[in-house]
Amino acid sequence: MDVMQIIGTGLTAALGPVGAFYALAAMGLNIHYGYTGLLNFGQVAFMMVGGYGMAISVAIFELPFLVGVLIGLAAAAVLALILGIPTLRLRADYLAITTIAAGEILRLLINSSPATQFTGGPFGLPSQVSDNRRFTTTFLEWNPIPAGDYGFSTIKFNATSLWLLVVLWLLVALTAWAIHAIMRSPWGRVIKSIREDEDAARSLGKNVFVYKMQSLVMGGLLGGLAGIGMSLTLSNANPVNFLPQVTFFAFTIMILGGAATVTGPVAGSIAFWFLVAGLDQAIRDAGMLPSGTEGAFRLAFVGLGLMLLIVFRPQGILGNKQELMLNG
Amino acid sequence: MTIIHEPLLIADGITAGYLPGVNILDGCTLELYPGEFVGIIGPNGAGKSTLLKALFGLVNVREGVVRLRGESITNLAAHALVEKGVGFVPQTENIFPSLTIRENLEMGIYLDSDKFGERFDEVCDLFPLLGQRASQRAGGLSGGERQMVAMGRALMMKPSVLLLDEPSAGLSPALQDETFIRCREINATGVSIVMVEQNARRCLQICHRGYVLDQGRNAYTGTGLELLHDPKVIELYLGTLAQG
Amino acid sequence: MAETSRSPGAPALTGLDAVPGVAKPDPILIADGVVRRFGGLTAVDVDHLEVPRGCITSLIGPNGAGKTTFFNLMTGFDTPTAGSWQFDGHDLHGVAAYKVARFGMVRTFQLTKALMRMSVLENMKLAAVDQPGERLATSLVSSLWRKRDDEVEQAAKELLHRFRLDHMADEFAGTLSGGQRKLLEMARSLMVKPTMVMLDEPMAGVNPALTESLLQHVKDLPGLGMTVLFVEHDMDVVMDISDWIIVMAQGEIIAEGPPASIASNRAVIDAYLGAHHEDKSVFDEGPAKIAIPGGAEASDWAAARAREERDQ
Repeated sequence: MDVMQIIGTGLTAALGPVGAFYALAAMGLNIHYGYTGLLNFGQVAFMMVGGYGMAISVAIFELPFLVGVLIGLAAAAVLALILGIPTLRLRADYLAITTIAAGEILRLLINSSPATQFTGGPFGLPSQVSDNRRFTTTFLEWNPIPAGDYGFSTIKFNATSLWLLVVLWLLVALTAWAIHAIMRSPWGRVIKSIREDEDAARSLGKNVFVYKMQSLVMGGLLGGLAGIGMSLTLSNANPVNFLPQVTFFAFTIMILGGAATVTGPVAGSIAFWFLVAGLDQAIRDAGMLPSGTEGAFRLAFVGLGLMLLIVFRPQGILGNKQELMLNG
Repeated sequence: MTIIHEPLLIADGITAGYLPGVNILDGCTLELYPGEFVGIIGPNGAGKSTLLKALFGLVNVREGVVRLRGESITNLAAHALVEKGVGFVPQTENIFPSLTIRENLEMGIYLDSDKFGERFDEVCDLFPLLGQRASQRAGGLSGGERQMVAMGRALMMKPSVLLLDEPSAGLSPALQDETFIRCREINATGVSIVMVEQNARRCLQICHRGYVLDQGRNAYTGTGLELLHDPKVIELYLGTLAQG
Repeated sequence: MAETSRSPGAPALTGLDAVPGVAKPDPILIADGVVRRFGGLTAVDVDHLEVPRGCITSLIGPNGAGKTTFFNLMTGFDTPTAGSWQFDGHDLHGVAAYKVARFGMVRTFQLTKALMRMSVLENMKLAAVDQPGERLATSLVSSLWRKRDDEVEQAAKELLHRFRLDHMADEFAGTLSGGQRKLLEMARSLMVKPTMVMLDEPMAGVNPALTESLLQHVKDLPGLGMTVLFVEHDMDVVMDISDWIIVMAQGEIIAEGPPASIASNRAVIDAYLGAHHEDKSVFDEGPAKIAIPGGAEASDWAAARAREERDQ
């Protein structure tokens, strides 16, 4: 077993585009759940409409790339409104059920034959079908980095991955700054009070529904952005990339890093992907499992890890244990 | 010859708290002798409920020992304590609202269910209302009636020690007085009681000895009567409104 | 009561008939035919009620009388089966709870709602009104809301000082004891600068000695332009502080009037205050006789030991 290779694979995933766009998705989820107390079990749905919104606009309708991005984000915002208006006045469980369902409904819709002419169905929207169907083209054209391999030791990025990770991590940094600023403000205070006790917030004159809606949209936009990042990274918008496990990876990342902290999701994403990708590599090297089962093993590992995390260190890497223990 | 009396229950130099690094109790001591009624009073945040919970293993005791009949029971699980004859009535959420009164009482003697019939009759002698409305859903009862169910349930195991956490909380003056009279009656049957109370005056009137806690430590100790008339205690804890 | 009431609205109450539903010269809250049924149970059935402006009115009654349900109905936290009510001239039927609060009617809760994972100071600052920083658009640019936030923080610290909670300002509210949370909830409701404050058992769980200084704060409120309606069980408090008392039982108003008339109202006494309130002898008897052999000696011995330690 080549330890350096395992570490290298782990770090490549953790510091690369995958770590970055999962950090974005987890930051969005953190706004929903960590700060506002909204149970969103369908973050993958926001990622899906963001990724497909952009991909379809550019590949099918041949709109400029940035317009595609805006459409993807707008779609995520609209989804937030559609899900939020009926459920946010009800108990938290209703949002949870609705969002899980939304993710699956959208995935199945996208997969279906009537939709295939727009979404590529089960084959997705691969970028290599024909020139005018590539949604990654413009983005790649903007890449200032000369072709070649970058990195040191066993960590390797090609020019495209490097460009992707630079842009995405910059977005992560920008988002972190914005969340930090917003959550420190009086608006952030109202949001946190809603998490603690909605009725108390209402009794003090706060329009709870509007704040929850704003939070849902904001976190959804980040999910949409993450979905766009994912489609660009994989050069592919495919329903198989948007299974429910994506939401649960995002939840694990959020808890691992420390919910309701600004940099928690970032630390969590890096740690998560380092461990998961590293473990993938280790298993492959050791040749212990029959081929084709790595995916299942990865899921089992994440599930077990999440359980151990909740039991032994629910505050994650950066969370505050005292604060956590005050939660009912 | 000096006789040293062994307490039935003793909390010796207890330091305890809920959150890591934060101690509510700081070296607190309480003794309960057989058949006694001991009251715990004091200002908010003094640690009264925490001390009671320390006696029942519901809060992390970091220093000090809790002993029952000489045997250490510090941090022992609650169900083990019930088997040893200690009963606990929490202040809130102390009944099962979806169960009937009878079922609530059954839950109280779950560990020893053969004795249900006999104990049920005994408890209903003490609280006739429970017998009359035995098949009524407990969730539909008023606050005072719920208190009765909660206490009745704790009594089903015929405990030798009963721990009560603010039994009068949220009750009207008439019901508070009834509750205290009932507690005194229970004590008269030989059950030793430790009671935390906010209604300091009534508490001190019916207890044999009282402990005044302040900021996690023992402030004053004495008989109920002594504390009731102690000028310092009156000034600090009873308030002059409570006179006469 | 020897002391004359400081409440500006009190003089208007002299000479009023002590009858349920009596009209007041300057009512701030008027309720008409407010009914709330839960299946077969009628929790509230108030024919007519007027709460006087600028006074301290207390709402007393046994458990299950409907007091908290009535609060919930008036403040928009529950919807009535029937009825209408006006607050300060505004028709509040169907108005959402947060809007009711903005109209100036603020309530506290029987089971305190301290925001556990926020600090005491944050709990207080949350309550202040007119905070531009609470709008999403302005929240990103701190210079747009910093000044107001500092003002709010100042006001919050002053109130915390009055309620003797200032030493806990930076602690999580979840670490406060039950009584301290009651104090916080009352202080927090005052940050809203309400026209009328409805306190649901504000003294429950608060140490008797501190209750006195709290009472003083409540007594000062009418002088500052607020009307107070509160639910309380402590009769010493109720008699000392109220300009007017309303008695509820089984959802209906069974009596109202000045404290003196309520204290002597036989029906109220029997239903609510209990006979022992006047006849103290039952409690003057002291504790029960210790039933376990040897227990009495042990108890006396322990008390004597405590006396010795105290005298040293």
